[in-house]
Amino acid sequence: MPAPKYWREIPQRYRLEGAKCKGCGQVYFPPRLICSSCKSREFEMVNLQREGELLTYTIIRVPPSQFTDQSPYAIGIVELDRGVKILSQIVDCDLDKLEIGQRMRIEFRKIYSEGEAGIICYGYKCVPV
Amino acid sequence: MVGIVGYGAYIPKNRIKVEEIAKVWGTDANSYKKGLFVEEKSVPSPDQDTITMSVEATLYALKRAQIDPKKIGAVYVGSESHPYAVKPSGTVLAEAIGATPDVHCADFEFACKAGSEAMFVCLELVRSGSMEYGLAVGADTSQGAPGDALEYTAAAGAASFIMGKDNLLAEAIETYSYMTDTPDFWRREYQYYPRHASRFTGEPAYFKHIIGAAKGILKKVKLEPKDFKYAVFHQPNGKFPLKVGKILGFKREQLDTGLLCPWMGNTYSGSSPMGLTAILDEAKPDDLILMVSYGSGAGSDAFIWKVTPKISEVQNKAPKTKDILNNNKTYIDYGTYAKYRGKIRKAE
Ligand SMILES: [Zn+2]
Repeated sequence: MPAPKYWREIPQRYRLEGAKCKGCGQVYFPPRLICSSCKSREFEMVNLQREGELLTYTIIRVPPSQFTDQSPYAIGIVELDRGVKILSQIVDCDLDKLEIGQRMRIEFRKIYSEGEAGIICYGYKCVPV
Repeated sequence: MVGIVGYGAYIPKNRIKVEEIAKVWGTDANSYKKGLFVEEKSVPSPDQDTITMSVEATLYALKRAQIDPKKIGAVYVGSESHPYAVKPSGTVLAEAIGATPDVHCADFEFACKAGSEAMFVCLELVRSGSMEYGLAVGADTSQGAPGDALEYTAAAGAASFIMGKDNLLAEAIETYSYMTDTPDFWRREYQYYPRHASRFTGEPAYFKHIIGAAKGILKKVKLEPKDFKYAVFHQPNGKFPLKVGKILGFKREQLDTGLLCPWMGNTYSGSSPMGLTAILDEAKPDDLILMVSYGSGAGSDAFIWKVTPKISEVQNKAPKTKDILNNNKTYIDYGTYAKYRGKIRKAE
C-alpha cells in the first residue's frame, strides 16, 4: 500500500469516520458521494461506534509477505453498534476460542510497516471485549 | 485553578513472569522477586507501540473529560520509545482523537520523566490562558538488552491526562522540579538498547532527585507527609518507591494504591503517571496526592493534587487502571516475548 493512499484514508483508518446521508440516514463506511438508497449527495460526518459483534471470520495461514510474522491470524466482519459492518483483523485473541456473535472492541494498532525504514501505517483492529 | 479534567491508562494484555526470563539467562528469579519486588511485566503485542497505547489511554481520558477534542490546544507525548526517530508521535495521536489541525504538537523526551514534563507544560499553558485544554501523555514500550537486569522490568503502558481550568477532577495545588546533570542511564543515537552506569544508579540518581523534589514541594506548600492520603513515585522496580517513600516519612498504606510496578513492570515515561491514574480511580473528594517522577540524566517533577467532588462522577466512565492490569491477562513464554519484541535476528 503506497503512502499517499494510506494518508488519504486517515479519517477512516484512525477515527472511523463514516458518512451519514442527510436524506435517509444511511451510514456509509467508507464514505460515498451519492447515497445508493435515496440518491442524495448531502452527507454529514459521523464517528462509528467502537464496539460491535463478530458476524463471521476466517483464519489466514498463508498471508501476504508483509504479514508473515503474524501468521496465523484472524480476519473478520464485525457489525458495529448502530449497524455499520467493517472488515478488520482480529488480534489479541485465542484463535480457537473465536465465536460468531462474540463482542468486539476497536483498538488503534499498527497495521504494518513499510520495511525497517519506511512509514508505519496505523489503523483499527478488533479485539475481543 | 488548573488541573486534571480527564485521565486514562492503557496496558497491553501480554505478561511475562520473572521466572520465565530468569530461566533463560540462568539467574535466580527470587533475587529479582524479593530483591527488587517484581513479579511479572507487561509486554506489547507486535502491533502496539507508544503511539497506539497513547491513543487508547487518551480515548479513556476523553470518556472521563466529556469534552470536544477540537478544544484541545496542545498534544504532548512524553516517551523514550517514540516509534520514529524523526516524525512526531503527537500528530498521529492528535489525528486519531480528532484534535487536528488547530492544535500544537510536540514530543517530549527525558528518559522516564518525559510524561510528567508533558503534564507540567500542559498545566502551565492552560494556566497562562493560551488554551482551554492541553493533553499530556506518558507512554513507553521500553526495551532492556537480553540478559540485562533491566530486562526483568522494562514494560509497556500509557497514561493520558487532559488538563483544564473548569470541572476539575483534581486541582494542581503546586508543582516543583529538581534537576542536575547525572549520567546514570542513557542511550546514544543509533543504539538499540540503553546503557546504565551502576555506580550512579540509586543513591546519587533516583533517591537524590526524588527526595530533593519531594522535600522542595512540601516546603513550598508547608505540608507534611501525614497530610497526604496518597503518594506515588517513579517505579523502576517495586522496591525503590517503597524505600524512598519510607525515607520521606510516608507509610505503606499511602503508597500501595499507586504501586503498580511489581505486576506491571517499569513503564518508564508512563510509570508514576499511571500510578496517579490508579490513585484517581479510588480517590475521594479533598484527598491530597503527592506525585514525583524521576528521569535519568537526571531530574524529578513533583506535583501536589487535590481531588475534587467531581471525581466520583467519572471514575467508572472508563476502565480503571487496576482492572486493566488484573483482568484479561495472557502469559507468554520467552520465545514469544523475544519474537514480539524483535529480539530475534532474522535473515535480511
Ligand atoms: Zn440516503
